[in-house]
Amino acid sequence: MVKSNSNNMSAVIVNNISKKYKVEKSQVTALNTVSFEVLKGELFGIVGPDGSGKTSLFRVLTTLLLADSGNASIEGFDIVKDYKIIRKKLGYMPGRFSLYHDLTVEENLSFFATIFNTSIAENYDLIKDIYQQIEPFKNRRAGKLSGGMKQKLALCCALIHKPSVLILDEPTTGVDAVSRKEFWEMLQRLKAQGITILVSTPYMDEASMCDRVALMQNGQILAIDKPDQINLQFSKPLWAVKAASMYNLLKTFKKWEAVESCYSFGEYYHVVMKSDLNGSDVIKSYLLQQQFLDIEVHQITANIEDSFMALMNKSHD
Amino acid sequence: MSVLKYLLQKEFRQIFRDPSILKIIFIMPALQLIIIPLAADYEVRNINLSIADHDHSVYTQQMIQKIKSSGYFKLVNYSSTFQEAFTSIESDKADIVLEIPANFEQNIVREDHASLFIAVNAVNGMKANLGASYLQNIILNYNNQIRTKWIQFPPIPPQTNIKVSVSNWFNPMMSYKYFMVPAVLATLLTLLGTFLTALNIVREKEIGTIEQINVTPVKKYHFILGKLIPFWILGLAVLTIGFLIMRFGYQIHPVGNMLIVYLFASLYLLVILGLGLLISTYADTQQQAMLISFFLLMIFIMLGGLFTSIDSMPDWVQKLTWLNPVSYFIEVIRMVVLKGSGLSDIKNHIFVIIGFAIFLNSWAVWNYKKTT
Repeated sequence: MVKSNSNNMSAVIVNNISKKYKVEKSQVTALNTVSFEVLKGELFGIVGPDGSGKTSLFRVLTTLLLADSGNASIEGFDIVKDYKIIRKKLGYMPGRFSLYHDLTVEENLSFFATIFNTSIAENYDLIKDIYQQIEPFKNRRAGKLSGGMKQKLALCCALIHKPSVLILDEPTTGVDAVSRKEFWEMLQRLKAQGITILVSTPYMDEASMCDRVALMQNGQILAIDKPDQINLQFSKPLWAVKAASMYNLLKTFKKWEAVESCYSFGEYYHVVMKSDLNGSDVIKSYLLQQQFLDIEVHQITANIEDSFMALMNKSHD
Repeated sequence: MSVLKYLLQKEFRQIFRDPSILKIIFIMPALQLIIIPLAADYEVRNINLSIADHDHSVYTQQMIQKIKSSGYFKLVNYSSTFQEAFTSIESDKADIVLEIPANFEQNIVREDHASLFIAVNAVNGMKANLGASYLQNIILNYNNQIRTKWIQFPPIPPQTNIKVSVSNWFNPMMSYKYFMVPAVLATLLTLLGTFLTALNIVREKEIGTIEQINVTPVKKYHFILGKLIPFWILGLAVLTIGFLIMRFGYQIHPVGNMLIVYLFASLYLLVILGLGLLISTYADTQQQAMLISFFLLMIFIMLGGLFTSIDSMPDWVQKLTWLNPVSYFIEVIRMVVLKGSGLSDIKNHIFVIIGFAIFLNSWAVWNYKKTT
């Protein structure tokens, strides 16, 4: 048993984890020396686009995949040596719905309860809030549930043995907006019960609901901080720009050497200039010169997505 | 052990919930067992015969009568030229042409010697082979008949005659059903066991439930036992249904003790389920599992002695069949049902099958890595 040498407040410690896959003849780096710590009782988010390595990281942490190098521990137990203990302490909800389609809601739940040597009744209070929502359908087969209900059932199954650490891989992908909101409220309630939650998501807006987030790309962690702190790292002024001909506008910005980056965001383009001296007047006059109509330029504060785009560009350079 | 109990409970629940799986497990093998032995009959009957008779004598008429009355041949064409008779082979109406030369009767009577010509359509090798030898036999028989008629005063036996009488042991009527039904049953059990196990485990892989199980404290051997035990029980149930069909449908009364077959089958199922398990560890999708099982079982069944007797295979293929578990089961089930073999007769088979079971299952378990 390897006790972590850092403080006892950490529920998850990841230290220089690397993992490479062989795809045909070339090697793909899924995880590149990833390190972070998750505090006890924290809601920790891992945000990154598809293919950034989130699922690989979770598969390493859930003892399903062996890392090439580095080590990690959960609640002080090493993920390789003490995998048997970890499997008892861990709740895992994979990105894909992985319950028995041909068993009913209740049968699935009681099956996962029994293989953990417990019963639904024993930990009912933990899942009560969630389970009550799907209880009217408890005799329905899991495969016939709607997407949101499947997520709730999967969460119940992951919670039924009262895990101290809950790992959720993209739990809200493919779920409607209302269910997503509900789901995050559920996570907040679970957090209040002292469960450490590690959640991945491709949606930037969900990141702001976490205590801390790690921005991940190409198997690397770009930044770890509180959501509002990450936004403070965004040092340059950010401009939202709109004009009549949006497509030509994008082409113009891409050509203009004074622009550092430009990307679409809703009905606006978010533009970062290379020099802080280039204010809205400069942008406006340049666009007028290029004969754009209905020009609208105003400064905005960066949100997590802007920060992410900025960090991504930085890592590309 | 309680974990195993819940895994079994879950497995049986899933099996009995799926009506199509139940039908496949119980009704399909029963239907196949009823139909296949009726079709898989080695006896060649209804050989279409075309005769080119250049003689048109009493003797040829007698001979043709004899051939027709044998029951094996159907006269489809009777013509006076070989050319005409041969076109019936070319158009696939006839399988054999028998050409009777002109002066056939005259030659026999005067010169004690006459020749006949048989032309065989060898596209269907077995039919051609058997048909030609049946025909030769009948003609030889007819030949002897004529000779005995002529020898009126036998001063000394003109020629030593060896008379052969055949007695078919263990299957007195030489009924192919006695031979085929037990072997078909053995084959069906093999197919069912391999496919069900392989596809079931690969399905858990496909849906992702195997990962969900893997993050729980369920142990590797629990999971494997939870898969093998239900199919082992189902296999024995199917075997029982097969025996009932054999006994009451085909009226085959096994000579030996059926408990010996059950004992052997219970060991044999371990081999077959182990094979399914092994396939499932290599296949990632049900499609892959299906194709691998299909090709492997095809070889096992073709080299298993179901249709072709192993003794008539080339030497090196015979050695290859030693590696084929199906051939052992087919042999044992035939030995017990037809010959009444006892435990001591099949003890070598039992040892080999135990060896197979240990080998395949340890390979499968070794390859089924529950990644840590």
